[in-house]
Amino acid sequence: MELVVFLITALVSVACAIAMIVSKNAVHSALFLVLNFSAVAILYLLLHAPFLAMIQITVYAGAIMVLFLFVIMLLGAEQGEGNDPIRWQQPVAIVVGLLLLAEGGLVFFRSGNIIPTPGSGTTLPTDPGATGGLAELLFTKYLLPFEMTSILLLVALLGAVVLTIKSREKEGVR
Amino acid sequence: MVPINYYVLLSALLFTTGVIGVLTRRNVMIMFMSVELMLNSANLALVAFAQARNDIEGQILTFFVITVAAAEVAVGLALLVGIFRTKRTINVDDISTMKG
Repeated sequence: MELVVFLITALVSVACAIAMIVSKNAVHSALFLVLNFSAVAILYLLLHAPFLAMIQITVYAGAIMVLFLFVIMLLGAEQGEGNDPIRWQQPVAIVVGLLLLAEGGLVFFRSGNIIPTPGSGTTLPTDPGATGGLAELLFTKYLLPFEMTSILLLVALLGAVVLTIKSREKEGVR
Repeated sequence: MVPINYYVLLSALLFTTGVIGVLTRRNVMIMFMSVELMLNSANLALVAFAQARNDIEGQILTFFVITVAAAEVAVGLALLVGIFRTKRTINVDDISTMKG
């Protein structure tokens, strides 16, 4: 049963990823990416990570993709892709990408057991809906990184504001 | 129970799709979205490894990666808006001011 859910979700996510890079319209690409992120959220649920699944939907599929769609529509960037001046680049890129996949697959499946089983002692919760273990670790062992992410987000916020407000000032001077 | 190898294979497939997207497309928005796809596939591998090791710390790392991705998207899109204001284009081949 779990395998069936996994296979369907994996198929959807790969199909959406390929549709994203193939589709001509950037808005369609963004919507395919939303579907891909939702499929990955289902995979997180299968992997006993319910909190990350919800974060994935709210932050990735929600906030980030809305920002993307907003900017695409603001810039009118739906089409705007002229002819590629380097013709041979496209097939070469596909070949190189597939080589990367083959290489990664070879390394992973040839090297046997690359995951040492004993972990750091903090096991996954047996109750699949529990987020307590994650929260406890986040507010004890990883408190400093957790607080630093708030500074990171503040800096990103300030950076985004500064980058977009600068040209308006220039227009005001003129 | 799904074997861990399936998740890693799926993650590699998504990552490769992202790489091909960055290499083949010339629309800067789609390239940026492909980068997001790659970040996301790395997250999937991390969560899968956390499950395989029965260790929740992989999920913590994924949490931080998602935070960094959110910050990166905010700054990156602000930069794109700034580039568009000066160059009036979203085709990366036209953004070649610093070409030697």
